[in-house]
Amino acid sequence: MNILVCLKQTFDTEERITIENGVVVEDGAVFVINPYDEYAVEEGIKLKEEHGGEVTILTVGPERVEASMRKALAMGADKGVWINTEDFDGDLDEHSIAKIIKATIEEQELEFDIILAGAMAVDDGSAQVGPRLAELLNIPHISTITKITVDGGNVVVEKDVEGDMEVIESKLPLLVTAQQGLNEPRYPSLQGIMKAKKKPLEEVEIDDLDIEEEEIEAKTKVLEIYLPPKKDAGKILQGELADQVTELVQLLKSEAKVI
Amino acid sequence: MNYDLTAEQLMIRNMMRDFADGEVAPEADERDRNKEFPLEIMKKLGKLGMMGLPFEEEYGGAGADTISFAIAVEELSRVCASTGITYSAHISLGGAPLSLFGTKEQKREFLVPICEGTSLGAFGLTEPGAGSDAGGTITKGTRTENGWSITGSKCFITNASYAKFVALTAKTEMTGSSKEITAFIVPTDASGFEVISNYHKMGLHSSNTTELVLDHVEIAEDAVLGKIGEGFKQFLVTLDGGRIGIGAMAVGIAQGAYELALKYAKERMQFGRSLSKFQVIQHKLADMAMEIELARTYVYKAAWLKDQNRKYTTEASICKLYASEMAMRVCSQAVQIHGGWGYMHDYKVERMFRDCKLAEIGEGTSEIQRNIISREIGC
Ligand SMILES: Cc1cc2nc3c(=O)[nH]c(=O)nc-3n(C[C@H](O)[C@H](O)[C@H](O)COP(=O)(O)OP(=O)(O)OC[C@H]3O[C@@H](n4cnc5c(N)ncnc54)[C@H](O)[C@@H]3O)c2cc1C
Repeated sequence: MNILVCLKQTFDTEERITIENGVVVEDGAVFVINPYDEYAVEEGIKLKEEHGGEVTILTVGPERVEASMRKALAMGADKGVWINTEDFDGDLDEHSIAKIIKATIEEQELEFDIILAGAMAVDDGSAQVGPRLAELLNIPHISTITKITVDGGNVVVEKDVEGDMEVIESKLPLLVTAQQGLNEPRYPSLQGIMKAKKKPLEEVEIDDLDIEEEEIEAKTKVLEIYLPPKKDAGKILQGELADQVTELVQLLKSEAKVI
Repeated sequence: MNYDLTAEQLMIRNMMRDFADGEVAPEADERDRNKEFPLEIMKKLGKLGMMGLPFEEEYGGAGADTISFAIAVEELSRVCASTGITYSAHISLGGAPLSLFGTKEQKREFLVPICEGTSLGAFGLTEPGAGSDAGGTITKGTRTENGWSITGSKCFITNASYAKFVALTAKTEMTGSSKEITAFIVPTDASGFEVISNYHKMGLHSSNTTELVLDHVEIAEDAVLGKIGEGFKQFLVTLDGGRIGIGAMAVGIAQGAYELALKYAKERMQFGRSLSKFQVIQHKLADMAMEIELARTYVYKAAWLKDQNRKYTTEASICKLYASEMAMRVCSQAVQIHGGWGYMHDYKVERMFRDCKLAEIGEGTSEIQRNIISREIGC
């Protein structure tokens, strides 16, 4: 079974993030595998362990992404294809990334039975790259899955729908995107870490791809980036219940301005 | 000169940090209260290949370097020093002498289970009458027809309840020298060998500290580890490596206590401000951050020298001495910043403060480290 996993590196949202001149400052930020993509990596490795085959990690990004790709290789993926954007000046959005990945799959002649991606990235949270890629490749996709069973060419998937669950049957080839709950990503073993450096990691430049620059030009523009407002300590209302309710309604109107 | 960790070292650090936060931290207080050994954690570390970290791949080790070992010990100790010392002793006191001085057969028989984590590593040197003065060993190894007979006792031996065998030192008097000490590998299930775990300790409650009692324990000819009469020299070499482990453990405990103190100082309001707005508290935290950074850098230096196969005795002593005394200062201030709450178990710094003291005692006290450094600088 040939398994492709799309992996994005994001900054760790649990660490301190600083914004200067409208961009997240990279110096000092901690970069990690996008948590949803880590579920995708884990599921890819599990599918390989069950059905045999090979797991290939696909990542678009600058030089720092190598560390995250090596971690996926340390977890048990077999090889990586890295589309280096270090020297690329233009803006890239979800549409560009999906096109670049498709062009890379073609250029590298990567065969696949299944493609796994994270449901969304925790940095810009758009949840588009997976479905867009499926569309470009003309294969079906199921997003936000919490369980997958592959039996021959048949696939049964459990999909999270806003807290409810749908069971969907489909066939390979297929693209799925991982939701929290799909699995518990493993820690890379020490042997895995020591071997990761020796696993093949192919580097591709955007120039190498059969794709025009205009085709991947971003179609969206980020106007502003700002940190969420600081949470103040909560307010606990005192007094009789009826008075508290009146005060609460008052505050919701005047202070929180939500009604 | 290069201060960056390698890609592998970084990955090991991230993995061990995740592991420590996810698997070690959650029950650390409970284990401390119940004096429960972290056996499940050791099994998980075994599955991750961590139990044989620095040892030869042909015996199931991972062939990683000493800096990686220091990183692993630090990350475990940051959340649970008992787990940190268990792991550190397993590698640097249990496995290392086998790897350094064992024959091929001994490594196959004893180093492999260490690397798999099916037997924990333990090393018996200290005796009730011979601590700092390890030359005062009175446990005796006597030649028999088919091997050796060992009689005596050891105290404060880490991990032995979970070890299938321990390396221990005994006087042998084969060459006529009254100072002759030889190391032996002794199976803990041998007849006449008792491992007693009965100490009431100040801290490190979930680590295993034992007394070994040996009454005419018969062992085979090939149970000698290294050369007859070289036991003293061998354990000096072993302890050099072990001191890097204790240094790393102290850095880990201090880092854990500092992080908690910083967080608490930002949250705790007194006089209408958070504690971290008082310059006195800021300076305490700044000193902690500075001293931890210095100690960690020096632990790495000692580890790096060892990895380069260079002499590192002085550096190992300096790193162990500085890191352990630094950690005591940091833990004491971490409790202080927490005020009365810091004296309470729930805030964790109380546990760290207790656990930390061992670092100034084990594997050579601070006084002994100063003796070593004085000797090395030519006093
Ligand atoms: C939790 C724990 C785990 C341990 N694990 C192990 C283990 O796995 N294996 C093992 O072999 N041992 C182990 N030990 C033993 C430890 O290494 C010894 O306790 C330590 O070396 C000190 O020896 P001692 O306790 O006999 O103290 P002593 O040697 O009696 O020292 C008492 C005091 O006198 C000072 N002193 C002694 N000699 C001098 C001198 N020449 N100059 C100045 N001051 C001096 C010491 O520094 C100390 O302050 C462990 C101890 C503990 C508490």
